[in-house]
Amino acid sequence: MGIEIRGINKNFGDFVALEDINLSIPSGQLTALLGPSGGGKSTLLRIIAGLETSDSGTIEIEGNDTTNVPAQKRNVGFVFQHYAAFKHMTVAKNVAFGLEIRKKPKDEVKRRVDELLRLVHLEQFSHRLPAQLSGGQRQRMALARALAIEPSVLLLDEPFGALDAKVRKELRNWLRRLHDEVHVTTVFVTHDQEEALEVSDSLVVINDGRIEQIGSPDDLYDRPASDFVLSFLGPVTRLGDHLIRPHDIDITRYEHAATARGRITRWTRVGFEIRLEVTPDDVLHPDPIQVVVTRSEAVALQLHEGDLVWLRPRAGVEELSR
Amino acid sequence: MTLDLNSPTGAARKRRPRSATSLTRSSGLGLGIALTWFSLLVLIPLSLVVIQSIDGGWETFRQTLTNPQTAAALRLTVTQALIVTAINVVMGTLIAWVLVRDDFPGKRLLEVVIDIPFALPTIVAGLVLLSLYGPDSPLGVNVANTERSVFLALLFVTLPFVVRTVQPVLMELDKDVEEAARSLGASRFTTVRRIILPSLAPAITAGAALSFARGISEYGSLVLLSGNLPLKTEVASVRILTYIENGNEAAAASVATILLLVALAAIVLLQVLSKWVARRG
Amino acid sequence: MDDSPTKDTVNLKLSPEPTKRLGKGLRRGPGEGGVRPSRGAGTYFRRLLVITYLFLLIIWPVSLVVQKTFDGGLGNLQTALSDPVVTGALQLTVIVALWAVAINTIFGVGISLLLVRYDFPGRGVLSALIDLPLSVSPVVVGLALLLAYGGTNGTFGPALESAGLQVAFATPGIIMATAFVSLPLVIREIVPVLQEIGTEQEQAARSLGAGPAQTFRRITLPSIKWALIYGVVLSLARALGEFGAVKIVSGNVALQTQTATLVVEQKYQDFEQGSAYATSFLLALIAVAALVVVTFLRPKDDTDGD
Repeated sequence: MGIEIRGINKNFGDFVALEDINLSIPSGQLTALLGPSGGGKSTLLRIIAGLETSDSGTIEIEGNDTTNVPAQKRNVGFVFQHYAAFKHMTVAKNVAFGLEIRKKPKDEVKRRVDELLRLVHLEQFSHRLPAQLSGGQRQRMALARALAIEPSVLLLDEPFGALDAKVRKELRNWLRRLHDEVHVTTVFVTHDQEEALEVSDSLVVINDGRIEQIGSPDDLYDRPASDFVLSFLGPVTRLGDHLIRPHDIDITRYEHAATARGRITRWTRVGFEIRLEVTPDDVLHPDPIQVVVTRSEAVALQLHEGDLVWLRPRAGVEELSR
Repeated sequence: MTLDLNSPTGAARKRRPRSATSLTRSSGLGLGIALTWFSLLVLIPLSLVVIQSIDGGWETFRQTLTNPQTAAALRLTVTQALIVTAINVVMGTLIAWVLVRDDFPGKRLLEVVIDIPFALPTIVAGLVLLSLYGPDSPLGVNVANTERSVFLALLFVTLPFVVRTVQPVLMELDKDVEEAARSLGASRFTTVRRIILPSLAPAITAGAALSFARGISEYGSLVLLSGNLPLKTEVASVRILTYIENGNEAAAASVATILLLVALAAIVLLQVLSKWVARRG
Repeated sequence: MDDSPTKDTVNLKLSPEPTKRLGKGLRRGPGEGGVRPSRGAGTYFRRLLVITYLFLLIIWPVSLVVQKTFDGGLGNLQTALSDPVVTGALQLTVIVALWAVAINTIFGVGISLLLVRYDFPGRGVLSALIDLPLSVSPVVVGLALLLAYGGTNGTFGPALESAGLQVAFATPGIIMATAFVSLPLVIREIVPVLQEIGTEQEQAARSLGAGPAQTFRRITLPSIKWALIYGVVLSLARALGEFGAVKIVSGNVALQTQTATLVVEQKYQDFEQGSAYATSFLLALIAVAALVVVTFLRPKDDTDGD
């Protein structure tokens, strides 16, 4: 069940937006479509919502073929990056919109709106206009509006993209908790790998109109199927012949069976983390290697800028690829 | 969870930094010169019109307005301006819609056509309409010297107002909002009625106010077209002119004051509307 | 998603006008086709209705005037242009229009800057009153100026005349009437642009050492350039075509205070319709030509400030 996507193709002129997409999104889960801008993930989301039509392929939502069903009949909740608030309506009216379209009785609409506004913590703002809300509040209103119609799936297109870093983090946690409460099949599009890893049950990495990999956050982070997925999900550096995450490098000031040797040529402290750049003296691999250690590790190892150090992958870490 | 529940408008307000500063010496001087010119050109002369109309006492005012010819002129002016404004609301919005949402060869030409009534001298506008709807009309429609000529002239000169106020708003209208309405189950018609039209309403009203104000004050385009027949096709502006020509400035000022008041009302309406829009953001 | 490399092809197939999308909307190029999945009969109906309406109300009548002007070849234009009444009036009109536009441009830019960039008591009232001339009947404008500057019983008229300046029934009065009716046009065009661009760039220029005059010339003026040009063209069109106010203030004396629009009226009523059409054509030509040039030259996205 959930969402079944089969053989979706979409071109804009000669630009291939999506190429033979096959994907099944399980019911009740929170799935992230992750990828760089322009990779096709928003187009896929819009095709699921019916806001865009695919050139070929089929979409099934909860077992019903919706390929040719217009957007307004799909019962899909959609949340936009820029909120798409109905500016001339109060918060309560915004949330009630979908219910009024469905001609629900007045008292039911009111009950449902109150319930949803409580859910998104906007109950005291019900009579405000969207212009009087902050960005984060507007997005929560948009979410309540989308949930009001009891959608079979909830789709979010870069929902936190327009918010500043702090609010984005808060809303992200909050979305996760909300989903644990509401359990609606949810798909959200993001280009922020941290957001995707933190919030989702499963991840779909999309690049250049194709699916690169599908899996749980752990799967993708630890067992990326391609260099693209590896480097997209977090920082990587090249140690010897392999790509590796900078915090998976073991660093010492004593000679041992090391993959590389060099001097610490840069030292940047970011909070509890210290980011080092080691310039190897190996003529075959002269590119600087990025290493991340915690502050306490650096103190314990008595590291200083200019020190000669030896590097190797930490025990238990598979070298990811070439 | 530490959401910013209690700083509701903070974010929205902070985004609009106050760009205006208080006056400096040189800008104060500039303001003084500008205000003097504006007063000499606009404010004082217009005030004199109002003073002149009050000067003759309430009696002159009353007599002028109850003069059957003047009353008929005012009635005709206001009625025709209202009808024309109503048509402009519909057609202007529709034209703006087509200009923004449709695309076809020659669309840019239409953009210029919309501005022609603005650009054309009013006397020429009258002549232009006369050529198609006058005595030797190729269509066989002759409205010259009838009430319909007033209607036609006003329709011509007021055409751009609603189009030009609605068009930019329609362009800025976020497509997301329409998509959101659709995903919530609204049909195309419902989306237009409940989402698009309410967003356009202030602009439409503003355009309507401008179009009405222009309509009641029109003169030039009617000169050749309407024949200025008393009790039939004579409009308020023509009445004022006749009073001036007869040397009855007090009566002219009385009718002019009525027109000024209506114009002022239109401006106040505009101002209120733009405030309302600004508040809505 | 963020940029569509083939916008034009997309355009034809999917969406009527993505190029018009502004601001936030730009982030998604091809995606928007979904709003209007296909062009229904409604689109064509609306298009047809609008074109028919504009054709009947504007295009056809205007082209008839052009046609009538050239009915006998260039005869009408030649007759008109060899008539001293017409040429004198055209000359006067051009002089008056240039004066009025120059005054309105300087006044308009100044007052716009003051209204947008400075805070002073009465700013709101002033910005509302600025629009007043657009809604005042030209006949009322004429009456008002006559009451203020009339030679015998105007408030300031007699004093000015004894000082040697005749306003009413002379060129200064015509210029004032013309300036009055076209006063808000420049302001209405540049105020929104000034508001849109904000003060950041100007502050940046000041911080880089530019003086107020340099900042205005090198930063502010280029950003309002097209709005200003458009406003000037509108003012010019309005100034060339003013009729009612000028008719009252000028006294309408041929070869002295008769402007081109007054000649049109007179010629038409004197059954010299050829000359009337020819003069109308010349007036319309200048106005419409200026408008066409600006509409096609003006960068499409310039109004959005960036």
